[in-house]
Amino acid sequence: MGSFELNGRTYQTDEDGYLVNIEEWSKEVGEYLAKQEELEMTEAHWEVINFLREYYEEYKIAPMIKILVKAIAKKFGSEKGNTKYLYDLYPEGPAKQACKIAGLPKPTGCV
Amino acid sequence: MDTKRADKTLNIDYRFPKTGWMDTPVEFKQGMFCHGSKPKDLEAVGFPNPREWSSKDKDWKLPANWKEIVLNGMKERLDKYRSFKLFMDICVRCGACADKCHFYIGTGDPKNMPVLRAELLRSVYRRYFTLSGKLFGKTAGARELTEDVIKEWWYYFYQCTECRRCSVFCPYGIDTAEITMIGRELLNLLGLNTNWIAGPVANCYKRGNHLGLEPHTYKSQIEFLLDEIDTLTGIKIEPTFNRKGAEIIFIAPSGDVFADPGTYTAMGYLMLFHELGLDYTWSTYASEGGNFGFFTSNEMGKRLNAKIYAEAKRLGVKWILGGECGHMWRVINQYMDTWNGPADFLEEPLSPITGTKFKNSKTTKFVHIAEFTADLIRHNKLKLDKNRNDNLKVTFHDSCNTSRGMGIFEEPRYIIKNVCNYFYEMPEDTTREKTFCCGSGSGLNATENMEIRMQGGFPRANAVKYVREKNGVNMLANICAIDRAAFPALMDYWVPGVGVTGVHELVANALVMNGEKERTTNLRSESLKLATESTEVTEKDKKQRH
Repeated sequence: MGSFELNGRTYQTDEDGYLVNIEEWSKEVGEYLAKQEELEMTEAHWEVINFLREYYEEYKIAPMIKILVKAIAKKFGSEKGNTKYLYDLYPEGPAKQACKIAGLPKPTGCV
Repeated sequence: MDTKRADKTLNIDYRFPKTGWMDTPVEFKQGMFCHGSKPKDLEAVGFPNPREWSSKDKDWKLPANWKEIVLNGMKERLDKYRSFKLFMDICVRCGACADKCHFYIGTGDPKNMPVLRAELLRSVYRRYFTLSGKLFGKTAGARELTEDVIKEWWYYFYQCTECRRCSVFCPYGIDTAEITMIGRELLNLLGLNTNWIAGPVANCYKRGNHLGLEPHTYKSQIEFLLDEIDTLTGIKIEPTFNRKGAEIIFIAPSGDVFADPGTYTAMGYLMLFHELGLDYTWSTYASEGGNFGFFTSNEMGKRLNAKIYAEAKRLGVKWILGGECGHMWRVINQYMDTWNGPADFLEEPLSPITGTKFKNSKTTKFVHIAEFTADLIRHNKLKLDKNRNDNLKVTFHDSCNTSRGMGIFEEPRYIIKNVCNYFYEMPEDTTREKTFCCGSGSGLNATENMEIRMQGGFPRANAVKYVREKNGVNMLANICAIDRAAFPALMDYWVPGVGVTGVHELVANALVMNGEKERTTNLRSESLKLATESTEVTEKDKKQRH
């Protein structure tokens, strides 16, 4: 377990730096987490984060990469709907890095 | 971990420490263990001592009477399980098991020899439950139960994948997995589990599957796969969910529904059942074949297994068909009857397509899909174009639980040879009942313990490397969802260029479906034409075509 302070508030994280309570997420928290990953957030980065949060809101789990790719293509155009595009934005992998910044928990099990 | 130091990991130090094992304190090495369990997950299933803790802290926040709890727990289990009592008593420490364990081979740590791993528990048994141990202590191989012993148990009992390879070589037939299981049960009495196991257990208990997929999520995942199948074949498949009166309920590991490359195997199930016109249903309640409860305690395994049968009863199906899952089959084949059985409200499984009775599933009413499909092929019920898998040179990994726990050796091989032209066996000391574990089973497939996964998986990877170099193998087939989750990392590390697949993905590639459009890609959207050209097929290969 870990934690960080932001604007006078304390946030709990797990051993790998993921936010424990997704309800505590805000754009500022996302920006803070992105900074820890040494990422400069652009509009394109936020498009992915926002999609992940919408998806989580509905399905209570982070999407598989290929669902993410397909959905991004549908929403933002086919030039953005490929794995390379997502990895260019999030070099450590959209599943790992983008989900962390979006405040989503990691899936566990046979994955 | 540093992924560029594969050559260094090969320098395994097999020299023993200077001090005896009882006097060599356990050193928690980074990358060798998982994060500890979270209080919310223990609370979800009513497990004792839920609290925030870390194995890196000195204080593990054990209950005040922890020693009494463990010793009472041991006594209860010695009375309850004859196997446990026997395995504590009969080992002569001959060492036949020592070098059979993938974790000992990969780490060189003597406490990963199955004999010594068992001795961690056996020494405490001797001290408190045998006369010689009580009288002569250390001379009789006995030691006091201390907090450090508990920490040592936690470190090493979660460094065993319960694969049972050692048991094959034990002249006394000691099942070391049973010892690990009891060790883990005792630890769980103190609230000592790992996050990677306790999380899925809580999810499965609350929502029906390890991943915690809610019913609408589970359904939408499958709908996504149906969309992919439509794109590939032009065929719209409409499976049913939670349908009362279906003849068969199908249970798959949730990893197949949710995670690559398992999803291609799930597409395989969907395509095959559609082509057969099978009267079957999926369930969003019994939406998990795997049973991480089994990695916790017998009681927890039983609680999770119960829901599959409860759902079969509720829906009024005749029998259960199970997907390519690993430990689910050990549970069903070796524990189900005494845990939740007999399932006498179901019928003896009978294939509606071939009329074959699956007599081996007479009491569990649960048929393995490899048996089901092999039987279809045997009766010539499938139209198969095996050339569609010509881009693949396939080898088969026998999953520990289906091989040693069930004896499924021939069926998957028979299927593969009927849907692929190029199939190559790994060396015989590494297959069938002597198969080497993936290194990540029994809930060890997390990321924070990647070091132990790569070290423990080394013997298996080494055998894959052999057929890669000899035959150009580029695909590792298996019938277990943990394999599909764990092997991609292992292959990338030790044998880059080898992919991982379930057997029913290969079946679906070859399956000629009624009304399908011409296939230009395989299930992974890889061009069939390009793929075929890129695979080097030698004259020798051509002779080996099945």
